[in-house]
Amino acid sequence: MGRAVAVIGTGQTKHGRRPDVSYPDMVREVIMVALEDAGITLKDVDGVVHGTMPSMMEGVSSTHLYFAEAIGAVGKPIMKVETCGSTGQSIAHCGFFWVASGMADIVLVVGSEKMNEGDSQATMTTVFDPYFQRVFAAGAPGTFTMQCMEWMYRFKIPEDKGREAAAMVSVSNHDNAMDNPYAHIRMKVTMDDVKNSRIVTYPVRLLDVCPSSDGACAVIFASEEKAKKICKKPAWIKGVGFRGEESFFGESDKSIWPSATEAAQEAYRQAGIKDPLKELDVAEIYNPFTYQEMIFCECFGFCPRGEAPDYVLKGTFKKGGELPCCPSGGTLCTNPIGATGLIRLAETVLQVTGKAGARQVEGAKIALSHAMGGVDQFNGVTIVSSNL
Amino acid sequence: MPKEYRTIRGDVALPYKWALGKTWTRFFDGLKEEKILGTKCTQCGKVFVPARTFCPVCLSDMAEWVEVKPEGEILTWTFVSAKYYGQVKDPPYIIATIKLVGTDCGFHHFIGGVDLSDAKQVRQKLKTGTKVKAVWRPEKKAEILDIAYFAPLK
Ligand SMILES: [Zn+2]
Repeated sequence: MGRAVAVIGTGQTKHGRRPDVSYPDMVREVIMVALEDAGITLKDVDGVVHGTMPSMMEGVSSTHLYFAEAIGAVGKPIMKVETCGSTGQSIAHCGFFWVASGMADIVLVVGSEKMNEGDSQATMTTVFDPYFQRVFAAGAPGTFTMQCMEWMYRFKIPEDKGREAAAMVSVSNHDNAMDNPYAHIRMKVTMDDVKNSRIVTYPVRLLDVCPSSDGACAVIFASEEKAKKICKKPAWIKGVGFRGEESFFGESDKSIWPSATEAAQEAYRQAGIKDPLKELDVAEIYNPFTYQEMIFCECFGFCPRGEAPDYVLKGTFKKGGELPCCPSGGTLCTNPIGATGLIRLAETVLQVTGKAGARQVEGAKIALSHAMGGVDQFNGVTIVSSNL
Repeated sequence: MPKEYRTIRGDVALPYKWALGKTWTRFFDGLKEEKILGTKCTQCGKVFVPARTFCPVCLSDMAEWVEVKPEGEILTWTFVSAKYYGQVKDPPYIIATIKLVGTDCGFHHFIGGVDLSDAKQVRQKLKTGTKVKAVWRPEKKAEILDIAYFAPLK
């Protein structure tokens, strides 16, 4: 694990439609919030890590170049890291590695996206290879829904039960987003609203799917020495795991998703976690689709394979349940993709430091954050704790 | 009063010529002759379609070519109801991952020959394991859509 590393500050923009700010303005907005939260200035920062989705999301190549000032990178080393939807976890891991290695003491990590400036699903389609898979892509929903179907067939989950549980995941995330001032979609939905919303990719309906958001997140990583000097209540990084898979969808079993399973196992091994359902206090799962949240719960060992719908229906992952998932309202209610995985981490930091406001899980000490990316291809997991 | 902020309209259209290399050139030439070609790994024995230059599992060269039957079974599928930029079909249509007979991977394609008027009805007809067969497009262009779609076997 290298040196001990803490998160000493986080920042988020108000996510949603942000025509009130240009892209560089939005990035500056978020780094100022994070610097203030950490109680430091840019002078204290040794290096900057930035990440986004593919450049065509905003139609500008290598955006980190055109907002070098906004991101605080002038006169400092900068790294750009990009792994599609899992970017937010990848940049967090990069910041962690940089400090853990001893090569930097304080690193600013920024993830951003302005998804309302282009056709986000068109950009998503360019993620698929141009020879064989692109014409069948149907945006992100096509791939993710095929995965959900594979999972339901594999574990013989009756369609109605899967539908009921997915609707409950949607209701629960939407309820949670009401407590989150940064969330994009803040509205109450009922089980019937979800079940009667229009079909996107059967059986996935509109309220099973995340929005396209503008937004940014910044997280500041520090060495143990600096963290203890600067920060009253740091959150300590206890484990990081990341795994990739093959590029052709259909070569690995997405119903048991090896990369998600193994990324979590790696992070648990580092953090010394044996029984995640009991030991974790809160989880921020990357859940752009309701059905996927259930697959992740299984991959992360929160419940046996094929039983996530039962656990969802009995309220295990709801606010006040045994392991609350996505008290922020999750990716389902806010998805500025390049920032999303980092928002998951920032939310767990707020939870274990008692700063999560109305969405605080009482007494949370250890938490999991996660993101996935590519054509169902990458998964990253980070464990944070209030204790070193 | 909320202020209206302006945007500037622009487009980015970039032309590409994606190299197929020798393996995929041969694969697409095969489609022109209504042949689906895969390659077999001499190290681990796995067969992949489309044909690969190297084995995705053990990374060794895949020099042994095999012609695969244009039949297989559905691994998973979905019924697409929304329109996406650059897609060749207007919704509704069905995409699927298909395991062709004798191969060790999934293969992306459309499912056709199915009444698309009701997604729930489609769900009754299609499932993991449903047997399907390639339907060829009459006019060939050495591209993936030389296979028009896969249709369920009666
Ligand atoms: Zn092999």
